[in-house]
Amino acid sequence: MTAITHRPLGGKIVTKPFLILGLFLAIAAYFILRRFLFGMGDVSNMSNGYPIGTWVVLDVVIGTAFGCGGFAMALLIYIFNRKAYHPLMRPALLGGVFGYTLAGLAVMIDLGRYWNAFNLLLPWYAQPNSVIFEVALCVMAYITVLWLEFWPAFLERMPSEFKQRYRLDKLQAFLKRYMYVLVAVGVLLPTMHQSSLGSVLLILGYKLSPLWNTIWLPLLYLISALAMGYAVVMLEATLVNRAFKTPSEVALFARLSRVAAGLLVGFLVLRWGDLAYRGHLGLAFAGDWDGNLFLIETVLFLAPIFVLLSRRRTSQRWQFLGAVSLLAAGSLYRLNSYLMAVQPGNGWTYFPSAPELIVTIGVICLEIMLYLLFIKTLPVLQDHTAESHGRPS
Amino acid sequence: MSMNRRQFLRGAAGAVAAAAAAPVAEAAAPFAPREPKQLPPKAIGMLYDSTLCIGCKACVAACKEANGKPVEQPQHLAAWNEGTWDAAEDISGKTLNVIRVYQNGAMAEKDREINGYAFVKRHCLHCVDPSCVSVCPVSAMQKDPQTGVVTHNPDACIGCRYCVYGCPFNVPHYQFDEPLGRIAKCQLCNHLLKENPLFSSHEDSPKVPATTSATALWKYSRIPACCDVCPTGASLFGWVEDLQAEAERRLALKPGEMYEFPRGLLGGDRPTHNAPVGEYQPHVYGEKESGGTQVRYLTGVPHEKLGLPKLPDHSFAAVSEGVQHTLYKGLIAPVVLLGGLVVLARRSAKGDEAQKKEEERPS
Repeated sequence: MTAITHRPLGGKIVTKPFLILGLFLAIAAYFILRRFLFGMGDVSNMSNGYPIGTWVVLDVVIGTAFGCGGFAMALLIYIFNRKAYHPLMRPALLGGVFGYTLAGLAVMIDLGRYWNAFNLLLPWYAQPNSVIFEVALCVMAYITVLWLEFWPAFLERMPSEFKQRYRLDKLQAFLKRYMYVLVAVGVLLPTMHQSSLGSVLLILGYKLSPLWNTIWLPLLYLISALAMGYAVVMLEATLVNRAFKTPSEVALFARLSRVAAGLLVGFLVLRWGDLAYRGHLGLAFAGDWDGNLFLIETVLFLAPIFVLLSRRRTSQRWQFLGAVSLLAAGSLYRLNSYLMAVQPGNGWTYFPSAPELIVTIGVICLEIMLYLLFIKTLPVLQDHTAESHGRPS
Repeated sequence: MSMNRRQFLRGAAGAVAAAAAAPVAEAAAPFAPREPKQLPPKAIGMLYDSTLCIGCKACVAACKEANGKPVEQPQHLAAWNEGTWDAAEDISGKTLNVIRVYQNGAMAEKDREINGYAFVKRHCLHCVDPSCVSVCPVSAMQKDPQTGVVTHNPDACIGCRYCVYGCPFNVPHYQFDEPLGRIAKCQLCNHLLKENPLFSSHEDSPKVPATTSATALWKYSRIPACCDVCPTGASLFGWVEDLQAEAERRLALKPGEMYEFPRGLLGGDRPTHNAPVGEYQPHVYGEKESGGTQVRYLTGVPHEKLGLPKLPDHSFAAVSEGVQHTLYKGLIAPVVLLGGLVVLARRSAKGDEAQKKEEERPS
């Protein structure tokens, strides 16, 4: 195995898709401005029955799971020493960088008293019993670690005279030497906060259906984060491969898909086993809102298992569909447990308003725009020109 | 490589199977809820007797005045007057206390479930083991270690609204219509109580004998506005243990029997309200619910009908903290995990370098 080199994809930055994404972002920016001028009620349908809306659930709870590609790949490549997957590492990391950074941005839009956000870092305000406190600190630390892990991509791009003048070559060497520490921290932190995103829900008690509310929420959230991490790597790579006609990595993904499928099997066994153990299996087949949501989730989780374990996993189309189904399943699981299966009582209902959704979509558009910008200008994707089996793009 | 992969998968599958089998084997023992919290030594609270309430809403008006909250008028009631009449339908960012009505069928008789009606007061119940305090990441929600009053500090608050999300009674409310909104909740008129030297450690306060007699309380400070103005004694302030004894006394009485109901403050010197005893549900709501609350309810119709949810005897905060404390006790698990990860990542990094050197040598 040769050492992997990366290179910028190049090409025009301001393309038609880029402009369309930018348009969505501009509309979102208008509503974000309104939120700060007139309050959250002006743009969102959040209420005191449903104080957590799409901004947190889509951009943070689901958004960070989409950002778990870096976490999942680092675990596989560096901790379980599966070097074959190395070409997937840097693009996955970049997905994580933006998934998490923009989740942080969404939180700042969503915080009702954002000017006090710094209090999270002041020791005299710390509240270690709070799960949210743990999530907040962990995510902040992880965003820092992700940027540091990605930093070599910037350094490689810089002219060497510039690096020498500012002693950045020393930094580069230092980062390279101690990258394994960063990698270890970068696996620990998501393990902690992704499981804690599940623990957060334990406080809901009777408000959350027993189909979701279990003491195993932290483990279920952790497994779903890893599985979604692998799926998002497959999805991103397939899209990049199709859009920019880079050599396909189908064979590599055929192997990766078995890891993802294994995680899903574990997830379903734990979930259904726990449900049976607590004697709530009947709720799944009650035919009501909660029961049906639960069954839809299960079907979406089962579909990728069959696709990814069958012979079809070597087909790019089926890999793609499997990854999409897995991401849909994981997203629905998170959406249900945070919002759709939550019943605060008292006649409260919630459906996001259009401006509220546009803010969420705008954040996602910004994420895709930055991803495109970075893979075109920075050495993120594997350099195939150096390999014999590579084909010119 | 394929051998390794198979081994890896087998290992992963084994780990998952073990994790799945664990709950069956150990009945989730490692995640036991943490110890329940006890009622604080000088716990103060309220007893709300729904059968005494006449729905006059004097408490709602007094609460607004005492806490500087504006008149609230829902849009669909705007036609009724020019905005002078407070018509809050539920607690909100502008209303800390409200009287709600239960209506059924013909509404012929008060405190009857079928074809009847009943009143219920809604505000913070000041839990013994509050979820809002447990979830707050910046200690903005505090429970006074002496009086047990649950207070909120807007200067600490970041507005994440997990207190709203987690409260089993849906009490804290965020002001969504304000650009600089804050969390609003009943703080048991803590600003009035603070003048009481029994509760504050303030040096300038006049010294009072170290007594727990309610009369002393009454003499040296004001009591929560809602209890202060209640004409029938439906809202009664006092020490939680005394209030519980009073509630049990009422439950032991025969319905229809005349009884001297205290007003304002239990054990105070206000004239009592002589009235027939109502037909109570045989249950003091708040004695055990969610690990106990310092505001307790006596009602004529089942409490679920009045929006007081059926809750287990433990607080959900105890469940959540039980899990969290198991995983993060002394940060041992994260540190051990980090150590393992560093070793593995280092081994894999060194392997890389060795390989690279080997490859470079021949060339």
